Amino acid sequence: MWHNIIFWILSILCVGCALGVVWQRNPVVSAVFLVGSFVALAGLYLNLNAPFLAAIQIIIYAGAIMVLFVFVMMLLDLHHPLDLYFRFTKPKLPKYIVLGLFIWLLCTLILATAFPLAIPDKAQGFTVAQVAILLFSKYAFPFELTSLLLLIALVGGVVLAKKK
Amino acid sequence: MTLLDFTILTAKVVLVMSVLLSTVPILVWVERRGSAFIQDRLGPNLVGPFGLLQPLADVIKFLFKEDPIPLEAHRFLFPLAPLFSLIPAAVTFAAIPFGDTIELWDHTISLQIADINIGILYIVAFGSLGIYGILLAGWASNNKYSILGALRSSAQMISYEIVLGASLIGPLMVYGTFSLKEIVHLQAGHWGVVFQPLAFITFFIAAFAECNRLPFDLPEGEAELVAGFHTEYGSMKFALFFMAEYLHMITISALTVTLFFGGWQLIPGLMSLAQGLGFAVYPTSLILSLLQMLSFSLKVGVFLWIFIWVRWTFPRFRYDQLMAFGWKILIPVALMNIFLTTLAIYLKWI
Repeated sequence: MWHNIIFWILSILCVGCALGVVWQRNPVVSAVFLVGSFVALAGLYLNLNAPFLAAIQIIIYAGAIMVLFVFVMMLLDLHHPLDLYFRFTKPKLPKYIVLGLFIWLLCTLILATAFPLAIPDKAQGFTVAQVAILLFSKYAFPFELTSLLLLIALVGGVVLAKKK
Repeated sequence: MTLLDFTILTAKVVLVMSVLLSTVPILVWVERRGSAFIQDRLGPNLVGPFGLLQPLADVIKFLFKEDPIPLEAHRFLFPLAPLFSLIPAAVTFAAIPFGDTIELWDHTISLQIADINIGILYIVAFGSLGIYGILLAGWASNNKYSILGALRSSAQMISYEIVLGASLIGPLMVYGTFSLKEIVHLQAGHWGVVFQPLAFITFFIAAFAECNRLPFDLPEGEAELVAGFHTEYGSMKFALFFMAEYLHMITISALTVTLFFGGWQLIPGLMSLAQGLGFAVYPTSLILSLLQMLSFSLKVGVFLWIFIWVRWTFPRFRYDQLMAFGWKILIPVALMNIFLTTLAIYLKWI
């Protein structure tokens, strides 16, 4: 029962904060909502007996990436023309098509997932050692691919910054 | 979870939080009297014996002062920022064990709020959230000094968090566990600092930067920035920032003790004293547990005093010196420590 109550509180918090990110006009307030959403998501991981994932979620997303985001937002005073992003200036039809496709994809994925299987063994969950062994044996190649992706993003960032 | 378990947990949370929160005013008193002692002054000595009631007077002053919000400040984030600062500082202590187990009413109670098997990561995670308080306070105040302080602090804390994290890896490799409870148990023979002296030094220096204490208190450097990120804050909101700083100090001192100085393991000499007086009954007696808590508190107290001592001894770094020191000296030393530890473990020295 406790499990469910905590789940619903965290889910509502998570979705509420995510909506706050979208609806807020002020980028810094949006960022704060995003941090709230990340923390709630970490709580959900904890509820699923994945404390390592929860801690990493907070350290990397809330503690490192979002801090940099807020830092950059404060450095660059974001006073760009608002009508560039104003909703009425954009054509409506493509927006709704993309939205429909996205919702369809999301629903299919949710229906296709076998949720009872996704919950790890309730008694122990995954320990750090188990995660590390999986990461460096079974999933070594995807792990290295991810690092390559980050490298590409890094080089891309440098190239974009150099153009100016 | 039975009702009894729940009661015990609640009691532990209430006990630890009240001890933490009541340590803050004592620390403020020690800070003011200690600074006076170091600078050959008297310090607050009029309110109560030795000025001991001075913090109480301060609290009353904080509570009754006007609590203004500047006109141009952000309505929503300005009052929220002190909480963002205080909550991570207060929550982090939950993972730190302050004693072994005690037996009460046929129940084994472990003297730790939450025995998380990733204790260190939990502390690092919530420690990294503390920066939002400063960042948002600076931004929401809409004041140039505040924002400069906040920018400085975020750059400083991001840099020194790397040092903090990197100096944790060495001890983690030596202990082979993330659980703070097990780490303390493993230090029964030798304290961790014997195996990881370099990690201790880099960790402790980075701890000063994480707590924004002198010589790294650039975010609030009063000669340059008035008061930095909390320029616009007054009354209880300022008091919350103040409390957050001291809570950070307590937590980081407790973490230093847990990782490098044997946590609640008895101070050398205390064990033989307890045995001589007939207190040390195996496996656990209540008095032995009390002695463990006393050892823990004494060790934490030593580090808290070092925090205060350093503040009133060293001048402030210049900003470029601070960054150069962090990136060019501390991070390489911390990385070298990881390499040396790996080598030592590979050669089976440890």
